[in-house]
Amino acid sequence: MEKILEAKNINKVYPGVVALDSVNFNVYKAKVNVLVGENGAGKSTLMKILSGVEKQTSGELFLNNKILEINSTKDAEENSIGIIHQELNFFPNLSVHENIFIANEILNSHKTINVNKQISLTKELMLKLKQDINPNSRLESLRIGQQQIVEIAKALQKKTQILIMDEPSSALSKNEASVLFDVIKELTNQGVTIIYISHKLEEIMQIGDVITVLRDSKFICEEQISKIDIPWITEQMVGKRSFESVNDSQAKIGNKVIEAKSIYLKKSKSEEFLLDNISFNSKSGEILSFYGLMGSGRTELLEIIMGLIKDFDGSIYLENNKLSQTSISKRISKGIVLVPEDRQGQGLVQCLSVLSNTLLSKISKKISDFFLNSNQERSAVNKAIDYLGIKVSNSDNLITSLSGGNQQKVVIAKALETNPKLLMLDEPTRGVDIGAKQEIFYIMKKLAEKGLSIIFVSSEIKEVLAVADRVLVLAKGKITKELTGSELTEDSLVKHSQG
Amino acid sequence: MKGMTIKAALFKLRAFIALIFIFSFFAFTADAFLSSTNLIILTKHVAINAILAIGMTFVILTSGIDLSVGSIVGLCGMIAGLLIDKGLVIEFLNVVIYFEIWVIVIISVIVGFIFGCINGFIITRFSVAPFIATLGMLYVARGFALLINDGATFPNLIGKEELNNTGFPLIGSGTFLSLPYTIWVMFILALIAVFLTTRTKFGRHMYAIGGNTKAANLSGVNVNGVTLLTYGLSGFCAGVVGVIVTSQLISSHPATGTTWELNAIAAVVLGGTSLMGGRGSIGGTIIGAFVIGVLSNGMILEGVSSFWQKVIMGSIIVLAVMIDQLQTKFIEKDD
Repeated sequence: MEKILEAKNINKVYPGVVALDSVNFNVYKAKVNVLVGENGAGKSTLMKILSGVEKQTSGELFLNNKILEINSTKDAEENSIGIIHQELNFFPNLSVHENIFIANEILNSHKTINVNKQISLTKELMLKLKQDINPNSRLESLRIGQQQIVEIAKALQKKTQILIMDEPSSALSKNEASVLFDVIKELTNQGVTIIYISHKLEEIMQIGDVITVLRDSKFICEEQISKIDIPWITEQMVGKRSFESVNDSQAKIGNKVIEAKSIYLKKSKSEEFLLDNISFNSKSGEILSFYGLMGSGRTELLEIIMGLIKDFDGSIYLENNKLSQTSISKRISKGIVLVPEDRQGQGLVQCLSVLSNTLLSKISKKISDFFLNSNQERSAVNKAIDYLGIKVSNSDNLITSLSGGNQQKVVIAKALETNPKLLMLDEPTRGVDIGAKQEIFYIMKKLAEKGLSIIFVSSEIKEVLAVADRVLVLAKGKITKELTGSELTEDSLVKHSQG
Repeated sequence: MKGMTIKAALFKLRAFIALIFIFSFFAFTADAFLSSTNLIILTKHVAINAILAIGMTFVILTSGIDLSVGSIVGLCGMIAGLLIDKGLVIEFLNVVIYFEIWVIVIISVIVGFIFGCINGFIITRFSVAPFIATLGMLYVARGFALLINDGATFPNLIGKEELNNTGFPLIGSGTFLSLPYTIWVMFILALIAVFLTTRTKFGRHMYAIGGNTKAANLSGVNVNGVTLLTYGLSGFCAGVVGVIVTSQLISSHPATGTTWELNAIAAVVLGGTSLMGGRGSIGGTIIGAFVIGVLSNGMILEGVSSFWQKVIMGSIIVLAVMIDQLQTKFIEKDD
């Protein structure tokens, strides 16, 4: 096998966080080079460096054994490195050929766009990919799988030789995914090198040639896919490290707090179900965890309970009373609260202080609470800061001046100020350093002991194992397995999450 | 201001410093500028814009915009004029009701509030962009103002003794502690607005909505309710201005208030409130209104041509926002 791209001793340090710790990564020509690791292992950072979005703190890149300097996305492009992001970057309002040639338009002698040439070149690209997509279709009218093909065509048009694909199959249906795999095979036959990031281990086994594993910002190993199996990958990804377990068998589990019956949710613009007949309950004093891959419907399930998603079928009961279509503020006052997955987008108001963020959810019943009492507010916030161990010198500081872990604690504090019965946490440890993760787990345990019902969603196996009393495994919108006690193992979680 | 560097503090107070600078400049160069008559006239002018700008600040804090306030000023003025001059005509009962002045004032202001609420309702209930919804209201309210008296004005609104509706001009011309009522109204509304924005839930929710609507919604903030009310309050302020201006002129013209929404937006922006929402203050807005007022008053005294006045005013507004952008970078670096 011929090495085309090599990363040696790459370090990337962000303020307070080491994202990559002398990582090595070999990319072989015309192969599917798979990169795996848990969330936060450093995959995305490495890809950002290869595609010129970020610059490494130290370390070197080699392209065909020659040293390679990438300072911008343009540099990467000039060296034939292209990337297809997990969230597709396209213009829904423009046509296929306009998208493919955006900022790279083909001009004729009058300096106007040569539409015919663009269309014919697009047809050629589609022929090469063996896909039947009309160059004049608007992007928004295509299915996600086809939109992805357009992104690939766009990369090919730029003469990309090394194509990075970041979780390309996460939003695809099974049929669409198999089309994608055909395209990938076709590309490698034509000499294009693929770097493939995925959490879906089965498809890695199916299409990968070489696998590289990252864990905790470090390079772990590289191996030929033909020589390994899925349990091997899991072991390399998760490692021996574990969190101090906070679950104990003596947890006092009480009454049902929330019960969901036959929840169905359709995918937008599709007849497929994102959630397909989901029923479960959670009890007070219990930490219930949903484990599943991205796109398994975990987040949507929590959003249904919170009242953010309203067009679903099925019913939800809070302490045996049916929850009708009530507003979010009513649900909060009834004791349901969600710590969202997207901390910046849904959790925080960036321009407000720590204090204002902490107290934003507090629902008041008294009219006198219309007026803010700064002394009361201050003492409430200081109590929360103490209780959760938030590191902040002054609660009037802007929320954005805090570290990720402390910001997350503020979101949790905001949720706790509502006096909840059910606390839902969606990936609460995302973008949080290891120490703060462990603290968040202890907080969860402490709250469960106080009688809260906690629902915890995570895609990291070690976390789930460390905190959950009971785990429901989700795959493709269905609960595939319920696990408790000794059944809770890495292997069983991985096995059932593959669907 | 605790823990802030002097540089950062100076930056934060930049609008105020600019105001002092402009004020001193005219105080030294224009003779009549510091006379108490001139200062009172100046403040009276500022008050009109400042009251509109207070309502506008609420709206802009939630990342909205209200283009209809100028038209609502005209409409509310016409309603006050109508009620004084012709009374409330109920045709099918064949009666005409003449109200006392204080009732007329309240009705006019409530009309402003209701028109503002209609803006808010359309924006929140039907997800119409605030720019569009209030642009529509700009035309609709102006149309109603013109319809009320078929495009004509109501002159000489002094009321009639026998109808018990005299005394309307006093609102615009009366004084308390030798300051015109207009200035007192601005002062009181500003105080209430400062209180509302800094000391109440409603105020904090405005900042939260402007800062991150999704997070506010998920936190249980009544996003639609608060947003609707901000437009209602903006309409209310326009109603107040409508009454005051009509009283000052002792007549109501259907074209009163044309383009005043732009002056109000300018004051808000000069005061450092971000059009993206979530950042800004009432204090800043008042300062912004004074910057505009002092500049135009001073330039008139200096004999600057009115054409140049526009060029200068426009440049200063853009310059202020350019400095704001610097500040955003500056603060981000500081953290």
